[in-house]
Amino acid sequence: MSDPSPVLCASAISKSFGPVRVLFDVDLNLRSGDVHALIGENGAGKSTLMKILGGYLPPSSGTIEIDGAPVRFGNSAAAEAAGIVLIHQEFNLAEQLTVEANVFLGRELHAGPFLDWRRMREKTRELLAELETDIAPQQRVRELSVPQKQMVEIAKALVRDARVLMMDEPTAALTSREAQVLFRQIEKLKAQGVAILYTSHKLDEVKAISDTVTILRDGAKVTEGPVSEFSIDQMATQMVGRDVSDLFPQKAVHQGEAEALSVAHFSVPGHVEDAGFTLRRGEILGFAGLVGAGRTELMEAIVGLRHARGETRIAGKPTVIRSLKDASRHGLAYLTEDRKGHGLLLDKLMRPNVTLLGLDRFAGIFIDERAEDAALSTSIGEFDIRAPDRQVKVSNLSGGNQQKLLLAKTMLVEPDIVIIDEPTRGIDIGTKQQIYEFINGLAEAGKSIILISSEMAEVIGLCHRVIVMRAGRLTGELTGEDISEENIVRLAVGIEGHRVA
Amino acid sequence: MSSERSERPKSRLRLNYSVLGPLLALALLIVLGASLNGNFLSYTNIANVVARASFIGIIAVGATFVITSGGLDLSVGSMSAFVAGMMIIIINALVPSLGAGWATIIVGILAGLAIGSLGGAANGLLVTAGRIEPFIVTLGTLGIFRALITFLANGGTLNLNFEVSGVYEPVYTGDILGVPVPIIVFAVVAIVGEVVMRRTRFGRHVAAIGSNEQVARYSAINVDRVRLLTYILQGFLIGIAAALYVPKFGSANSSTAVLWELQAIAAVIIGGTMLKGGFGRIWGTVVGVIILELIGNILNLQNLISPYLNQAFQGAIIIIAVLLQRSRRQS
Ligand SMILES: Nc1ncnc2c1ncn2[C@@H]1O[C@H](COP(=O)(O)OP(=O)(O)OP(=O)(O)O)[C@@H](O)[C@H]1O
Ligand SMILES: [Mg+2]
Repeated sequence: MSDPSPVLCASAISKSFGPVRVLFDVDLNLRSGDVHALIGENGAGKSTLMKILGGYLPPSSGTIEIDGAPVRFGNSAAAEAAGIVLIHQEFNLAEQLTVEANVFLGRELHAGPFLDWRRMREKTRELLAELETDIAPQQRVRELSVPQKQMVEIAKALVRDARVLMMDEPTAALTSREAQVLFRQIEKLKAQGVAILYTSHKLDEVKAISDTVTILRDGAKVTEGPVSEFSIDQMATQMVGRDVSDLFPQKAVHQGEAEALSVAHFSVPGHVEDAGFTLRRGEILGFAGLVGAGRTELMEAIVGLRHARGETRIAGKPTVIRSLKDASRHGLAYLTEDRKGHGLLLDKLMRPNVTLLGLDRFAGIFIDERAEDAALSTSIGEFDIRAPDRQVKVSNLSGGNQQKLLLAKTMLVEPDIVIIDEPTRGIDIGTKQQIYEFINGLAEAGKSIILISSEMAEVIGLCHRVIVMRAGRLTGELTGEDISEENIVRLAVGIEGHRVA
Repeated sequence: MSSERSERPKSRLRLNYSVLGPLLALALLIVLGASLNGNFLSYTNIANVVARASFIGIIAVGATFVITSGGLDLSVGSMSAFVAGMMIIIINALVPSLGAGWATIIVGILAGLAIGSLGGAANGLLVTAGRIEPFIVTLGTLGIFRALITFLANGGTLNLNFEVSGVYEPVYTGDILGVPVPIIVFAVVAIVGEVVMRRTRFGRHVAAIGSNEQVARYSAINVDRVRLLTYILQGFLIGIAAALYVPKFGSANSSTAVLWELQAIAAVIIGGTMLKGGFGRIWGTVVGVIILELIGNILNLQNLISPYLNQAFQGAIIIIAVLLQRSRRQS
């Protein structure tokens, strides 16, 4: 393809929040039919740049041109009218409304003076089918899982006929299979001449689907070029400023047979049928499966967040866990996959968030705020949380730094058994490496870990043993050399699915 | 972190602004009052204003907890009337056996506290175990308690035994070292409330639930229990308010404590607590209650504006307070 002039041309974009400057004179050109990847560490300013282009934030300085004419968007509606659509990193859905109402929110179809629900439902159904999900248009968004919500966000963007489509970590919440579906859509849009801007911390993805890449570090552009000129390692090094090729630590030698947690005949109505497994001390046990396989539901039930039938034993002793409080008492902690909906109080500061789960440790009659502050400092150090300032509301942290805070909150209770659901969602490659080391260190120290992850590499690289789930049932267990992508996929989709794929 | 220093001044400024709002309004009212009437700043007048604010004030401290947790209690006014009525009935019934002295009064007060707590528990259980919206539950109990007091008084007025009245009266009219008793009670309730809200697990949990109930649940907080406790606390404080109300008026009837719920909610909001929950401050509520009481007081002390416009001024203050809250949230 010859080099057409850019659809959107942003020059010298800068942004400050109060005295903190987060973007420094960034230039970015988006071309029709070109997939442009924007990568950088957590807090590098990717989301901020996208929000500026999408009309959600005003730049502090700099210009944006569309088809060569300077524009200034007062709000996102103006940007949308110009054909610029942003899929946010954090969901932007009306939880109480149905999927179809969300998809058409703000651009409802009319038949005369009335809403044309039939046409909207039809169109939504078509889109969802194209996205290969089994979400029904009439379902309420609040009933959906995180990945399902992500698919609704994508459907919502697709219905908007964008000329420039920006996606802020759209695959962070998806398994590789759903990500493939999204990539097919991207190919299609690309063929239609849409300009696409895309961020992801999954660099293999970036390498596979994008044409051009821009790398940000600490709010400034480090480099830009055709993706073919970068290897994944080079991209990572440029982003982080150091070599991160050894992503996974040497697996801890897993110790003995002592049983940490075991469940038997465990059923969660509507989600999980007759599950049973054992987790040993010092073990990292992976749970793999497609979205909707019931992994999260199973774990939530084990820690007392859902109703379930079945037996649970901790350290060999039959234990009844009716609430998360009971679970905590037995040294069991759970890290949720939904950091915004279930994980963090977004309108509060970091300190009350990080100590919320372990508040008992900081309170006799009164809460010891100084001890809390000290704990926050430790967490900031340990998890490399980068905040502009300690008084910042959690909603103003970058997505990846929120995730680190959530991890810190869960680990603050020093659990013996920890169930972590998508721990590295939205986390940059440098920090990922640190988190993997941390998890491995826990196992070495004799703690037991259950890891749910949609990132195959993570499961393969970290776990001693992997259990695969499909449609609410455990379909198999892999150990040692058998833990491979092929085997996991085979068990996750079933034989039939394997043939199709 | 290097950027830490530079951000500080801004956040302190923002904090100050939201803190200053209600205090500024209070200061303006005091200046206005003082300039209109020389008597305004007299000890008697100020003590009088605060003592009268103490009923609503004590109740509003409870309302701050309920609202911060994302709840609402519309029944506080009629529950106050009901508790006051029950206290009178119980005290009067005890006079023959226990005599018209302190024994009777103390049993009556304890009964009032218990009845208030039970009423609050009823609201709380309907909200938590019954899974009904607090607005609906307390709208219902508002009607029920109001009907009960009317029924108990047989459409008329319940009067406190005359002899008891004489003994009990100093609880409202008396003073300790020159400070009226109701003010002391109000101050103790407010200080304890402020400490509980800011320094204890319960206070933290209340705010967490109001901020995001799911996050609270996933942080091992027993959401239902904390919610229930806020309503019980509200009921208990209604009991305390009633224990001050009964000696002051010596009676209760169907028009006792009418619209107190709105006064209490208004004070909470003026004080900077968010109606949608997640953030609350008791001292703000105290300032709010005093602001509302001062407006009436100032209107009574001057003769340019009709005191009948009292509620209009109160209404305007509430709306302004919420507008200020909104601009704070957007910044
Ligand atoms: N409203 C705000 N007020 C103050 N600081 C903010 C605000 N929004 C973002 N920031 C800060 O700006 C920086 C850049 O954030 P941004 O969300 O753009 O990062 P990002 O590159 O998208 O990171 P991630 O990979 O973690 O999503 C962060 O340090 C963040 O804390
Ligand atoms: Mg981001």
